[in-house]
Amino acid sequence: MTAFKTTSPPAAKATGATLFWRTMWARAYPRIVGSLIRERSWLFFETVLPLAATVSYVFVYQAVGAPEEYVGFVVLGGAMTAFWLNILWAMASQLYWDKEGGNLEIYVLSPGPLMAILLGMAVGGFVMTVTRAAIILIVCSLAFSVTYTISSVPLLIAIFVLTMIALYGMGMMFAAVFLASGREAWHLANLLQEPIYLASGFYFPVRALGFWVAAASSLIPLTLGMDGMRQLLFAGDATLGFLSVEVEAIILLILSVFFLAAARFMLTKLEEIGRREGRLIERRR
Amino acid sequence: MTTLSPVRPEGERPMGFADRLLSLPFVQRSDALRSFILGAWLGWQIESNWADPLLFAVYSFARPIASVMILVVMYSVITDGATQQPIFAYIYLGNALYIIVGGVLGGISWAVIDDREHYRTAKQLYTSPLVGYAYLCGRGAARLLIGAISTIIVTVFGVLLFGIPITIGSIDLPFLIASIMLGLTSLSGLGLIIGAISFQLGRNAWQAGELISGALYLFTGALFPLDILPPVLREIGLIFPATYWLEAMRRALLGTNMIGFPTFAALDNTAIAFILLIMSVGLWVSAAFVYRWSMRQAREKGVIDLETNY
Repeated sequence: MTAFKTTSPPAAKATGATLFWRTMWARAYPRIVGSLIRERSWLFFETVLPLAATVSYVFVYQAVGAPEEYVGFVVLGGAMTAFWLNILWAMASQLYWDKEGGNLEIYVLSPGPLMAILLGMAVGGFVMTVTRAAIILIVCSLAFSVTYTISSVPLLIAIFVLTMIALYGMGMMFAAVFLASGREAWHLANLLQEPIYLASGFYFPVRALGFWVAAASSLIPLTLGMDGMRQLLFAGDATLGFLSVEVEAIILLILSVFFLAAARFMLTKLEEIGRREGRLIERRR
Repeated sequence: MTTLSPVRPEGERPMGFADRLLSLPFVQRSDALRSFILGAWLGWQIESNWADPLLFAVYSFARPIASVMILVVMYSVITDGATQQPIFAYIYLGNALYIIVGGVLGGISWAVIDDREHYRTAKQLYTSPLVGYAYLCGRGAARLLIGAISTIIVTVFGVLLFGIPITIGSIDLPFLIASIMLGLTSLSGLGLIIGAISFQLGRNAWQAGELISGALYLFTGALFPLDILPPVLREIGLIFPATYWLEAMRRALLGTNMIGFPTFAALDNTAIAFILLIMSVGLWVSAAFVYRWSMRQAREKGVIDLETNY
């Protein structure tokens, strides 16, 4: 009988944090290598085209004679749309998509935790999203001579990081919600696109919507994140801010903890219900 | 030669209105027409019937209304709510009409990715006697219908809430009908080209149509007059049918209430209709060639049933 030879010994069995770490990178890998390197059409679709969409909103402000700082607001909002789209279509809808494609059952059967898989999706998607956002920000800032007056770099970094943690935590939570909603996941994702652009003030200061609407919109981490970043990037226009940056940072911190905990709870619950009702590998509702 | 069977196997669910269309003698004789009707029916089912009716209704209304409200708020923040200015009607109506542009341009490419990667039916579809080109047109028609409903809702919303000056007297009905027919024909041609190219792209291009339509916001004068753009960008805008269609629709709906800008001052309604006619013919002929080329490329590369799973 011919024995198969292996070139390297099998990797040691991973458990705990090592398993979490490996699972996360295993899920991030196809997004970084498969999507970024092997499918290069993203360079056109994910950078040039969204750039044009953002520029068109700049011209709207120019058409109605808006002050210069509004151009900066639009540029920042246009860059941040990349993160929201990533959350909706590559995080929230992803588990549903994986279920339809047959991957979810493999995830569940494997020893890797679902939270690590979701975090891997986030890390993998984040690379492309940051590229898209950076290109919009840099090109538009240069093209329209946007002037940034940063009042506090550490606070700016803190607001951005907190916004991302809260946002991706929310994406993980949505992944469970969307998975439970079946075919309607697409409609939910669509429903949360432009209405959130409006409610979160992607293209204008959110306080223009009034206190209560802005307060309700603050449940979306990007609302406070963008408001805080605008206040810090355009230091002369603090009066256009909704709340003080410090208060926004604290709320974002609370949202981060809440969304991550909620995501963990809902995923566990959904997996439990799915196993009990035999719906985890069901392709059609 | 294998053709689509005009008779559905027993036990399958009836398709209502689509059944009546499919039973018409001239439809039964044409595989292309049958493929188109089946594509449109399937597209409508996916978009509407597979969702909770309330969610579908909210989604159909909320997304376009939110999209237009972004502009209303942007405009109001700067002008202190001067919605009676002609430029507001120009911006508002352009955005409302652009919903159709997005639906037509994005609908077909979305259908390609949806069939291939979501429902995994590409193998079944392209190994059947289906006329792929007609089927994709049908899928696009379903999105067009939803886009048209949204446009009507947003326009009525604008007339009632913001006093957009569209009245019976302001509408030029013959030009409106001609604009709709020519505009939709030319936009469908462009949508088919994008859809055909999507056969060769991975899932990360699933939003290709939507992103392209988003990018064309910039060039077509949907949100602002083309005169605002630097000359180079303005010239780019003049190669797209959406630019002329939006101008034609604004003229047809607003009549004398429409604010005019120099870019189109030299073109009367007949000239715009003629340009749209030429573009329609050119784009449909090009779409047929691009579709055949792209299908061949996709088959040769073995990506016709590509599943990326990023």
